[in-house]
Amino acid sequence: MVSDGLLVLVPPIGFFIAQFFYNNQLLLLTMMLYVVLAQGINIIFGFTGYLPFGYVGFFGAGAYGTALSVIFLHVPAALAVLLGGVAGVLLGALLSPLLRLSGAYFAIASLAAAEALYYLISNPQVSAVTNGPYGVNLSSVYNSGAAYIAAVALVGLAGLCVVWVRRSHFGMSLRAIRADPLSARMAGVQVVRARTYAWLISSTLAGLAGAIYGWAVSVFYPEAVFDLSISVFAIVFALFGGVGTVLGPLLGTIVLFGVYNAIGISQPQYFQLIYGVLIVLIVLFLPNGLLSIRLRGRSRVK
Amino acid sequence: MLWLFALIAGVLFGLFYGLAALGLNLIFGVMRLVDLAHGDLIMLGGFAAVLLFDHFRVNPLVTLLLVIPPSLAVGYATYYLLGKRLRGSDDPEMMSLVMFFGVSQVIEAIAVIAFGNNEAAIGSPVFGSRPISIAGQGVPTAWIISAGVGLAALGLLYGYLYHTGLGRATRAVMSNLDEARAVGVDPDRISALTFGLGVALAAVAGVLSIFMIGGTSPSEGVGLTVTAFAVIVIGALGSPLGTFAGGIVFGLALMFTQTYAPGWSGFAPFAILLLIMLVRPTGLLGRTVRSV
Repeated sequence: MVSDGLLVLVPPIGFFIAQFFYNNQLLLLTMMLYVVLAQGINIIFGFTGYLPFGYVGFFGAGAYGTALSVIFLHVPAALAVLLGGVAGVLLGALLSPLLRLSGAYFAIASLAAAEALYYLISNPQVSAVTNGPYGVNLSSVYNSGAAYIAAVALVGLAGLCVVWVRRSHFGMSLRAIRADPLSARMAGVQVVRARTYAWLISSTLAGLAGAIYGWAVSVFYPEAVFDLSISVFAIVFALFGGVGTVLGPLLGTIVLFGVYNAIGISQPQYFQLIYGVLIVLIVLFLPNGLLSIRLRGRSRVK
Repeated sequence: MLWLFALIAGVLFGLFYGLAALGLNLIFGVMRLVDLAHGDLIMLGGFAAVLLFDHFRVNPLVTLLLVIPPSLAVGYATYYLLGKRLRGSDDPEMMSLVMFFGVSQVIEAIAVIAFGNNEAAIGSPVFGSRPISIAGQGVPTAWIISAGVGLAALGLLYGYLYHTGLGRATRAVMSNLDEARAVGVDPDRISALTFGLGVALAAVAGVLSIFMIGGTSPSEGVGLTVTAFAVIVIGALGSPLGTFAGGIVFGLALMFTQTYAPGWSGFAPFAILLLIMLVRPTGLLGRTVRSV
């Protein structure tokens, strides 16, 4: 219990303190949001084995949910962020029939869903609602300090979700499903329902992350919040650190995103090359991520 | 008549997309590996065509044939280097998804370093500038040729799969790996060969892509991969005919929306994909698989 509490509390506290040591708040904020996204992937992939390539769709939905709440409903920022999260969970509910599909089909279908949503939102003909391809402007509610705190809180929430999924009865059902869906079904586990809950938790986290992003940057275009590389980064960070654990995605994000910002911005193609090689090496030699090195020695009941 | 042109163009583009997706389909059908780098392989084929034309005046139709042997070799080697290890892992599908994404990043990065970021195209009309007339609509010659190559590839593939020993062994591995092993088929050799075929098909599609898409650039790969996947998933993973059916559905959707509702042309194909997935989860021509 104590170690779980530490796992949940230490990262947010760490990020909170970090802002006083490192000037670039936006960078830290982005890193925190990637931690949240990686934890979201952790929950859906680490515990159900489904890999949503279109995960960014929820991020974009959250960003636009927030934007539309501010522009049309004139709500204060905090409520707008929550509504962004609602947009995420609504989209997740809408797409939950996709969970009937198997592995690769699911991955591609979720990608198609994210792309469809992007094209829908950026269509000039719906400009009246979403301002189409011209982006949205939320500067009226700009508050970088508050947005930072919100991100810190979200990191804590994400950690809490992962710990809960791991330790709870629900988490055990998920692991049973991942190991052998048929046997789990025979043992009475509600397979589809369990998967759906994991999916909804995961989509809410991404929606909230998108909402905070929209709030923090306050001016954004649809390409930015529906960028497929967001999904991919989140997946790679989670896999690199180790899915199924609490700290894995956090570690993966800090290391890889940190490296990306240290060397990647100036020479993007060389970074892309190193990144790609790194991914190939991870899959070939460390498929369970960095944390598996530490856990390799002792036998664990998984 | 606008719709007639959309129909013809849709079918022709559909055959091209089918060809582009065919290699991906083979690779997944035989090895259950998800080759996310496929679009980048197509992109490389396109660059091969442009570079050979620009520097040596090689006709793209010749390039089409020239790229086949090196692609076969590269695919064969890649299987033994990368694919074989994945097969023995817990979750080859997902792992290959991620790994080939890494490969695609590597290919894209090297392409940018080697060719720069700009679009490369073949300037002069290689196949003659007069369009061919079909049912009264003028259609670029290149599109007809590309569709022809696509159909030829489909025919050759069918011939290979159903009338040769290696093809039969390939189908055996596709349907049941263990049983194939039990009758003496070497799954590694077949897989490597199939991977080579997949890469070769991508390269051929790449040469044609110059004419269908108008050019190529290092960032073209991602869009092509997504399209190829959409096509396969619409058709059915593992079925070559399904790939072409999926391609034609995709091509028609794209062309008709481009003609009648241009703003929605990006949205429509993906919306159709989602609808088909929800109604028939294993694709238009897929076999229904019992699942929990």
